[in-house]
Amino acid sequence: MTQEVPPIKATKQMRKIMADYFQRLDRAKKEGSPKVAWCTSVGPGELLLAMGFEVYYPENHGAMLGATRMATDLIPVANAAGYSPEVCSYLTSDVGSYLTGKTPLTKAYGMESIPKADVLVYNNNQCREVQDWFSFYAREWDVPIVGIQNPRMIGEVKESHLKDVRSQMEDMVPVLEHVSGNKFDIDRFREVVGLSKECTARWRKVLESAANLPTPLTFFDHCIHMAPAVVLRGTKAAVEYYDELLTEIDERIKDGVAAVPGEKVRLYWDGMPVWGRLRMLGDLFFELKAPIVASTYCNSWIFDPLDPKDPFGSMASAALEIFNVRDENFKESYIKEWVKLCGVQGLVFHDAKTCPYNSNSRFALPNRMSKELGIPTIIINGDLNDLRCFSDEQAKTNIEAFVEQILENA
Amino acid sequence: MASITAGIDIGASATKVAILDREGSLLGSCIRRSGVDFAGSAEIGFGEALKQAGLEASQVGQVFSCGYGRKNVAFATDSRTEIACHAAGAYHHFPRALTVVDIGGQDNKVIKLDEKGARVSFKMNRKCAAGTGAFLEEMALRLDLDLARFNQMAQDAKEEATLGAFCTVFTATEVLGKIRQGVPVEALIRGLFASVLKRVSEMDTLDNTVVMTGGVVAHNPYLKHMLADKLGREVLSPPRPQLTGAEGAALLAMRNS
Repeated sequence: MTQEVPPIKATKQMRKIMADYFQRLDRAKKEGSPKVAWCTSVGPGELLLAMGFEVYYPENHGAMLGATRMATDLIPVANAAGYSPEVCSYLTSDVGSYLTGKTPLTKAYGMESIPKADVLVYNNNQCREVQDWFSFYAREWDVPIVGIQNPRMIGEVKESHLKDVRSQMEDMVPVLEHVSGNKFDIDRFREVVGLSKECTARWRKVLESAANLPTPLTFFDHCIHMAPAVVLRGTKAAVEYYDELLTEIDERIKDGVAAVPGEKVRLYWDGMPVWGRLRMLGDLFFELKAPIVASTYCNSWIFDPLDPKDPFGSMASAALEIFNVRDENFKESYIKEWVKLCGVQGLVFHDAKTCPYNSNSRFALPNRMSKELGIPTIIINGDLNDLRCFSDEQAKTNIEAFVEQILENA
Repeated sequence: MASITAGIDIGASATKVAILDREGSLLGSCIRRSGVDFAGSAEIGFGEALKQAGLEASQVGQVFSCGYGRKNVAFATDSRTEIACHAAGAYHHFPRALTVVDIGGQDNKVIKLDEKGARVSFKMNRKCAAGTGAFLEEMALRLDLDLARFNQMAQDAKEEATLGAFCTVFTATEVLGKIRQGVPVEALIRGLFASVLKRVSEMDTLDNTVVMTGGVVAHNPYLKHMLADKLGREVLSPPRPQLTGAEGAALLAMRNS
């Protein structure tokens, strides 16, 4: 697929900083210092970094389990241990990984196992399951677990929401001080939030580059290059990485380098990636000359409200403003904004069997979007990690017919 | 425009071939099991259809393929999805705004067309064969009944059993339970037909003129009457519903010529 398109040079640097990150985690685990905090993907990672923890994001491990397709054999192990096949397949594949001792971190980074947590920190703003997931490890390792119970179905973010989430975040500090052995330092917290702000602003620019014709990157590139924003936000390495990537993107735009040469149809993907079928789907959309130019998922690491002048308050805002906790009206207007920005001609909704929070097709939103925007929508049934829920042939037929339909009516 | 084209619809269960003239009239056709050799099935099917039409392969212009095995037809000029082909085939017979309901061996499609025949939307069934031909085949096997008799049995039924199971295998268990309770077999078969239509009705709203296509309605035309009763209006199907996809492929090949 990439023979006609030059590879992205910045990927080499990304691999290096990711390897450095995992090696630091491995060392921390082995040496017992710094302490390791597990954090949910849109949880208060900045606070943990500021407190001196090495921060591990198990959802990143979940994605690796899916992308390597190790999840296929590991999910049933969790099922047998009492975790329903209906629940989050990041959770079931990760628990299965733990119970069998098999992890893709071994082959990728030479780690014998996932890094044991000294503390588990979640925000259930993205879903309820993260609390159940972390609770498993809290019981296994007898370590503290602290979390934020986030309001849901938010239209407008209110002062009462902000006060609630902010105070829950502040209440975590004593536990974090106790586990880390470090005193909370507001200046360090400001510094980390400032770096996270710079990272997220650059990530937004990376995603907005898809407004160009042709697009220099697609959703499948975004899924790879978001890794530093996910696990390294709050660090200089992430900021420097996105500076490098943006320079390369600007060159591609100037030279007219297309991620999908001859692009004919521009699409939006809502929902989780199908991790174990990224290559197949990437190739399919490439062959159809139908780049996916924007997505809800990769936008999840845009945190506009972050402000080093008000670290707790702005992090509370960021936690409350994420797509997953918003009401249907907000979700519709959000998608509409990106459809207009990127010239999207069709919406692909991935209904992931085990991820209701990221499956936005379940309450007739596609029908409303289609009516309002005058563009067609399609729903692909699948899952983030459980490939038993995904049919290659059905997905191919659906996607081909969808692109066919858009071209016929163009 | 070419004077003769062909369409080859290679489904998971059956391979269908249609050879059409410029007016869209059927010159020759073939329907056979796909088996495991899609390429071989396409060749044999094409050969049979040519024989029926009294034609040589060289007299046929473009050949379009569709269906799961559409990429396995080496001699096809091009391929289209079966959604496009069923739409084209149905519109050819009924040129108006339609909802095409295709019930195949392993999948169902609901395709909406505007009055010009342009596709407005389509839906396919989820990763589940309940409500497809495979569902009825499985029932026939488990109940040790002749599938070919299902249509007459459903038609003869004095009542309709309500079946609630979501899963093909559990539906068979439910049916056996009802037989033990003394529910007549004909009522159960009509209940199975109702289950198929229920699954289809969940996929999308059935607006405008409804046209049923595919092998299941070809072999079980009583489904059409049941759906008409359910909707309170006439339901149509082309003269050879199982060939609609192949006819559509041939028509699209004609347009492309």
